[in-house]
Amino acid sequence: MKILVCIKQVPQKDAPLKLNEAGTWIREDVSYEVNEPDAYALEEALRQKEKHGGEVVVITAGPTRSQQVLREALAKGADRAIHLEDDRFGALESTNTARAIAAAIEGEKFDLVVTGLQSDDYGAAQTGVLLAEILGWPHATIIIGIEKTDSGVHLKRELEAGHYQFIDMPLPAVLTIQSGINKLRYATLIGIKQAKMKPMRKVSYGEVEAKLSKNLQRIERLYVPVKQKKTEMLEGTPPEVAKKLVEHLRNTVRVI
Amino acid sequence: MGFKFQGFDFIQFDSLLSEDERLIRDQTRGFIEQNLIPIIEQCNREGRFPRELVRPMGELGFYGATLDGYGCSGISNVEYGLLTQELERGDSGIRSFVSVQSALVMYPIYAFGSEKQKEFWLPKLATGEKLGCFGLTEPDFGSNPGGMRTRARRDRDGYLLNGEKMWITSGSVADVAVIWAKLEDEEAEIRGFLVETDRPGFSATDIHGKWSLRASVTSGLSLQDVRIPAESILPTSGGLKSPLMCLSQARYGISWGAIGAAMSCYDAALQYAQQRKQFRNQPIASHQLVQEKLAWMLTEITKGQLLALQVGRLKDRGKAQFQHISMAKRNNVWMALECARMARDILGATGITDDYPVMRHMMNLESVKTYEGTHDIHTLILGQSATGISAF
Ligand SMILES: Cc1cc2nc3c(=O)[nH]c(=O)nc-3n(C[C@H](O)[C@H](O)[C@H](O)COP(=O)(O)OP(=O)(O)OC[C@H]3O[C@@H](n4cnc5c(N)ncnc54)[C@H](O)[C@@H]3O)c2cc1C
Repeated sequence: MKILVCIKQVPQKDAPLKLNEAGTWIREDVSYEVNEPDAYALEEALRQKEKHGGEVVVITAGPTRSQQVLREALAKGADRAIHLEDDRFGALESTNTARAIAAAIEGEKFDLVVTGLQSDDYGAAQTGVLLAEILGWPHATIIIGIEKTDSGVHLKRELEAGHYQFIDMPLPAVLTIQSGINKLRYATLIGIKQAKMKPMRKVSYGEVEAKLSKNLQRIERLYVPVKQKKTEMLEGTPPEVAKKLVEHLRNTVRVI
Repeated sequence: MGFKFQGFDFIQFDSLLSEDERLIRDQTRGFIEQNLIPIIEQCNREGRFPRELVRPMGELGFYGATLDGYGCSGISNVEYGLLTQELERGDSGIRSFVSVQSALVMYPIYAFGSEKQKEFWLPKLATGEKLGCFGLTEPDFGSNPGGMRTRARRDRDGYLLNGEKMWITSGSVADVAVIWAKLEDEEAEIRGFLVETDRPGFSATDIHGKWSLRASVTSGLSLQDVRIPAESILPTSGGLKSPLMCLSQARYGISWGAIGAAMSCYDAALQYAQQRKQFRNQPIASHQLVQEKLAWMLTEITKGQLLALQVGRLKDRGKAQFQHISMAKRNNVWMALECARMARDILGATGITDDYPVMRHMMNLESVKTYEGTHDIHTLILGQSATGISAF
């Protein structure tokens, strides 16, 4: 199987975040890491390759610093990488990111594209699904199990409240992978040293610009939730107060 | 229970690092976070060396990582430094184990060994299939190893070893011991020998009652008429400078390792101070006296990073001298120990328990201050370097 893994670089989960001066995003002087669900998508792709042979290609769209996530993927065993390298790629909304990726892989024949379920920064969970639409391929989301079959793939999806769905799908297809589907590996030191020798193709903004449209979404303002103390007196007879209290706990505070 | 480590980078130190350097640091941090942090307090309580991590660390290439070939990873000295930093952010005992295996066992085989010795031992030591220890210190000779009493006598077509070694990390778990002994001839030169630990006359007894490095094994070795073949000598070892070259390797790693322990203490103290409230329901982090401690740690750790990085860069260019390494080891271990004490103070009573890693680091660092040349011995090395006068 020839598999493409879409990987995004996001701010480190436990890093303390500070807002930028305009209040539209976080300050850039933070540590970055591989988006967690993407790490699982990569691991799954590597495991599929180990079982069935083929090739694992990793791709990211973002500024120069995001090359780090491709290096890490190469160190863990991916065969080659594609970097859509430009600061402007970091500011694209999901639709345009999907368009840029689709443009960058034109002419390649992948059997499978895997992405993480969502990114830990914007959390839109859209890029994979939109990419499938642009490629004209079927897709499935929240995947927690992949088995290759003669006609395609047999998949396990996570639904809500502990329910699962099993589906069969033809290939090529796009799958968005849920964290925890497998156990992540660490790159060996030798793997890290050898990653430098693996091919990394750079794609400039100019090469894909024609395929992009104007961003339709924009972040107006980002702020840290303000803590407020508010006391509200419920009035009425005890049964009325009790009723109001239950309503409040259920609908406003949402704790019951 | 303890806080999740948030990382440490005050002056964009990371921007001084290459992609590979950061990658090695981050991968090691992830491995330690997942595999050592959950068990280390229990290991420390039980005085247990987490042997289950030996092979996984070998698979990642942690042993003899700076050496080229023979199954070793061939990473740079700065990369190796960042690796030891992350190991010691977990625990000094685990870092000690890796330091000994790498700098004190694999390095001398690599530097002073025959091709046959290298081919036999290095690949097995690199995977962790075989473990090693380094026997220099003796009950009566610590800071002054040149006075050692262990002797090697030429005997038939080999050597007969006799002597006692003390405070030997990994002594009783090792398959091979690098034993330093004086040859019994006119020159009485110190030479290194590879001694398989199952040879008759060799025994290792663990030192118990340690309040430090409890997750690492420390043993006494006894060699009574241990017979080894002629090919067990490290052919190009000669004089005290051979073991000192090994120690230089290990000390360099320690100068980074100590930063890791200090980061762990600082991180725990910072998070605790922001959360713990006293007086008018204010976090203790809002008091100037607490902030002074945090600011001190933040500054000293940052200075320590820069010192270690510069020595590492020199080492990668073949320009690091032993007094540079002495400065880094001496300063950074002292700094880390001070951080541990201040962090313990900030944590109040909680600081004395193993709910937080601080007191464990503090106790570990007491050993780190002493081994590989005590703090004061490094003072004398620096003093001699500055004045040209030996004050030992
Ligand atoms: C946990 C642990 C693990 C160890 N692992 C190993 C190992 O794997 N292999 C190995 O060979 N050794 C090992 N050691 C031994 C270690 O290297 C020695 O403890 C160290 O060299 C100091 O020797 P000493 O303990 O005999 O102290 P001493 O040499 O007796 O020193 C005691 C004090 O006297 C001071 N002092 C000594 N001489 C002078 C002087 N000339 N001027 C001023 N002050 C002086 C010292 O600074 C120190 O404060 C280990 C030690 C520990 C604690």
